[in-house]
Amino acid sequence: MLEKFRETQFYKSIFRGGGVPKSRRQRMMVVLNSVFLHLHPVRLPKHAVKLKFTWCMGGLSFFIFLILTISGILLMFYYRPTIEYAYTDIIDLAEQVPFGIMREVHRWGAHAMVITVWLHMFRVFMTGSYKPPREFNWAVGVILLLLTLLLSFTGYLLPWDQLAIWAITVGSNMARATPFFGHEGPGAALLAIGDINFITMGSDARFALIGGRFMGEAALLRFYVLHCIGLPFIIMIFMAVHFWRIRKDGGISTPV
Amino acid sequence: MTDLEIKKSATKDPGRRPPAALGKADSVDQITRRSFFSWLSIGWLAFIAATGGFFTMMLRFFFPNVLFEPVQTFRAGFPEDYTIGEVDLRWKDKYGVWIVRNEEGIYALSTTCTHLGCTPNWLISEQKFKCPCHGSGFFKTGINFEGPAPRPLERYKIILADDGQVIVDKTKKFQQEKGQWGDPEAFMKV
Repeated sequence: MLEKFRETQFYKSIFRGGGVPKSRRQRMMVVLNSVFLHLHPVRLPKHAVKLKFTWCMGGLSFFIFLILTISGILLMFYYRPTIEYAYTDIIDLAEQVPFGIMREVHRWGAHAMVITVWLHMFRVFMTGSYKPPREFNWAVGVILLLLTLLLSFTGYLLPWDQLAIWAITVGSNMARATPFFGHEGPGAALLAIGDINFITMGSDARFALIGGRFMGEAALLRFYVLHCIGLPFIIMIFMAVHFWRIRKDGGISTPV
Repeated sequence: MTDLEIKKSATKDPGRRPPAALGKADSVDQITRRSFFSWLSIGWLAFIAATGGFFTMMLRFFFPNVLFEPVQTFRAGFPEDYTIGEVDLRWKDKYGVWIVRNEEGIYALSTTCTHLGCTPNWLISEQKFKCPCHGSGFFKTGINFEGPAPRPLERYKIILADDGQVIVDKTKKFQQEKGQWGDPEAFMKV
C-alpha cells in the first residue's frame, strides 16, 4: 500500500528522485535531494551516535532553538513592546492566557540553550574536533555562540521589569567604552574637528544600540526587533552553514 | 532570430558566422572586448556606489533627529526653594539629579552610580546615598566611601539665570577625581 503510494506521480513530484529507494545509492540520493536532509550527513559512523562522545549537545541546542522559535512566535501574539504594556502583558501571559506557561518555556528554554551551546563548545574542544579541516566550522560556531548570547541579552530586556532595565543599563554601558565609536572609549576624542566631537552621547555605539541617550521606549523597541527578527535571521543563516559544513568536513569527528 | 539562437547556431558550426542578412551580426560586432569591459566596470562602480550609499542610509537611519527624552537643561526653581543641609529629591525621577544645598551654596549630583549605572537611594537617617544593586555608598557630597563604586558621583553644571532661577545643565559634568569640582560652574555660591 505504502509502496504503491510512493510510486504515484503525487509522491514523486514532491520527493525528488522518487520511488522506493532500493539501492544504497538511491537511499543516498533521498538525503541529497531534500533541502532539509541534505544539510545533514548521508551516513553516520557508528561511533558518532555514541552519547558519551557527542553528548548530543549540538543537536540539543538546535532542538531548543526550534522550541524557542515556536514559543517565541506564540508569545508575539500577546506581547506589545511598549513601556505602557510590556510588563503587564508578561503578567497577563502568566496569569490569564491559556497555557501561558509558554512564556516560562521560552525563558527556561533560553537559559537551557545558552548552557547547551557552551557544553557543545566544551565537548568540541575536548575531543579536538576543531582541528583541520574543521577549523572554519569552529569559527562559525564561535559566531553562533555570540549570536546566542546576543539573543539572550536582547530578550532579557523585554519583560521591562526592574531586573531587565538595570541589567541592560549595565550591559549597554559597556558600549560607551567601545574604541573610537563609544563616547567614553579610547580614541573617541580623536574623531573630532577642533572643538566639535563626532562621537558624543548622542552619536556613539551605545546610542545606536538603545536608540537614545537613556534606557527608554526606543531601547525596548530596538531590542524587540533585534530579538524577534534581526538576530534569529542571522543565526539561521550561520546555523545552515554550520550543519552543512559538518557534512562537508567529513561528518562528526572520530574519537582518537 | 534571438541572440540565443545566434549563439546556438554559432556553437553548432563554430567556423560559420550568422548570416549578415539577418541584421543582428553588425550590432554584435559593435561591442568590442574593450568597450564591454569599460561598460562592465562602470556598471560595477555604479553598483558599488549604490550599495555603499544604501548602507550609509541604513547606518544613518539608526540615529534619529528628534529624541523623545527629557530635556538636558532645566530650570530648578529659586535657591530659596532648597533647604540648607538637605538633599532634594524632587528632580530625581524626571531628570536624574539630586540638588543639595549647604551653608555656602548649591550643587547638582548625578543619580547614576559610578559602579555600574544604577540609581542609589538617599537614606536620610544614615545621611548617605546607598545603591541597591551592589551596595555602593556615597556621602552627601557625592564622595564614595563603601562598596564597589570606584569614584565619587558626578556633579552637573549649575548656574543662576538672569531671572534668579537655578539652571541645571546635564550636558556638562564635573568629576571630583579629575579635580573639576573646583570649577565655578560645578558649585553655585548662594
